Amino acid sequence: MSSDVKRLTFPTTEEEIRKLRAGDEVVVDGHIIGIRDRTHIRIFDQGVEPPMDLSGAFLLHTAPGVRKVGPGKYEKVCIGTTTSARMVRFTDGLGAQYGVRAICGKGGLPDEAIEPMRKHGMVYFAIVGGAAALETTQIEEIEEVAWEELMPECLWRFRVKDFGPLIVGIDSHGNSVFHDVQERAKQKLEEIYARL
Amino acid sequence: MITTDLEGIVEDAAAHLYVWALKDIPQDLRDALADAAERETSVPGRRVLSTILRNVQIADDQKNLVCQDTGIAVYTCRVGEHFPLHPARIYSALKAGTERATVEHPLRSNAVHTITRENTGPNTGYRLPIVHWEFVPEWDGLDVKCIPKGSGSENMSFLKMCIPADGVKGIKQFVLESIVGAGGKPCPPGIVGVGIGGSADYAMYLAKEAIARPVGTKNPDPHVAKLEEELYELLNETGIGPMGLGGDVTVLQCHIEHADTHMTLNPVAVNYQCWAARRATAHVGPEGEVEYDREF
Repeated sequence: MSSDVKRLTFPTTEEEIRKLRAGDEVVVDGHIIGIRDRTHIRIFDQGVEPPMDLSGAFLLHTAPGVRKVGPGKYEKVCIGTTTSARMVRFTDGLGAQYGVRAICGKGGLPDEAIEPMRKHGMVYFAIVGGAAALETTQIEEIEEVAWEELMPECLWRFRVKDFGPLIVGIDSHGNSVFHDVQERAKQKLEEIYARL
Repeated sequence: MITTDLEGIVEDAAAHLYVWALKDIPQDLRDALADAAERETSVPGRRVLSTILRNVQIADDQKNLVCQDTGIAVYTCRVGEHFPLHPARIYSALKAGTERATVEHPLRSNAVHTITRENTGPNTGYRLPIVHWEFVPEWDGLDVKCIPKGSGSENMSFLKMCIPADGVKGIKQFVLESIVGAGGKPCPPGIVGVGIGGSADYAMYLAKEAIARPVGTKNPDPHVAKLEEELYELLNETGIGPMGLGGDVTVLQCHIEHADTHMTLNPVAVNYQCWAARRATAHVGPEGEVEYDREF
């Protein structure tokens, strides 16, 4: 991993995303969109168009803890990140149909995300799961919420500053940190089993 | 004699325990995380662990939750035979306390109907919260442990009905393949809880008991304690590392609980507890006196 921390503002372009390599550390500013299982299911399985522009977007796998302060208006209580692997099957559609540039969550995406990310120019950012107290301080404001009836699995728009640290887990060149770690672990298991 | 007052006291204790567990992680866990940060040598692993420690500090400073996942509410109760509130009323009090904490804080409500997926209320519902019961003869107290169990780690639960010929080797292989397969998903480095023996359902129950123990406590049976130690070493050889990004520290500890079993059975259950291993305890005496942070 490079010792230089890269800084990106979202929404962003394919050109910027192609510069990132697996293992890079990144910090993000700008706008990010919160999305989760039921939100994806509504878009792709029920065919409902999302009421927010996802082109160039950074999607965060989250169901935030919030306090309602007015009609359609929410304040943050505790916002953190959920396990990404459950949502892997939507990767290709997010890139091909909506031009999403980054998916961020915890725990990694399985290998089936590698090819869509290479093809469409997308990255997967690994965040530190469970570090929600920190993440909440990096979210400046909840600017918009759509599909409130899915609470807390709505579509959220957050304004963020110094969002991270994020590690590029899968880049747009066919590399995955998670794939490499799994391959090495499986070899190690063979060694261990031989001496049990 | 049963008094409504005692029920109110248990409800207050449950409400307090739920929020407290979410905000202030136990000292044994803090020590284990700090030790992991010292030991880890990989660059991403060190970055993850320093971020975890920073997050715990921010949660303390801002009195915020450590993790946004307020979990599924699980309690362990040890009820003395002379404790003057029936377990049926203890259950009502735990449920009411969970609801009150969720509404008053407010906490994210995670409980849904398992088919319709519609939210069922303030972190309660049909058969929620989940309570593990133990009954203690010749005692008049109540011990309550609250474990808000995060779903990222709960989804990484595994059961295998090994056969006697698989032996201890089969147990080890199943735990190892489960944790490698889980990768970064359950927020490593955490506590691997293993339940062995009993029946299929009881092995999983024991695995949950195992994750709820203070970090690093040993099983009193020397055969089981030896297996805990061996598995801890082997799991950390896999290189999965913090958040699955590769490194030396894959697990903080491996805890095993066991039960005697049928001669043809060799069940192995794995229940993972994330690094944010939330846990809080209270003791309630027969007159309603409450003492927090009394581990059991």
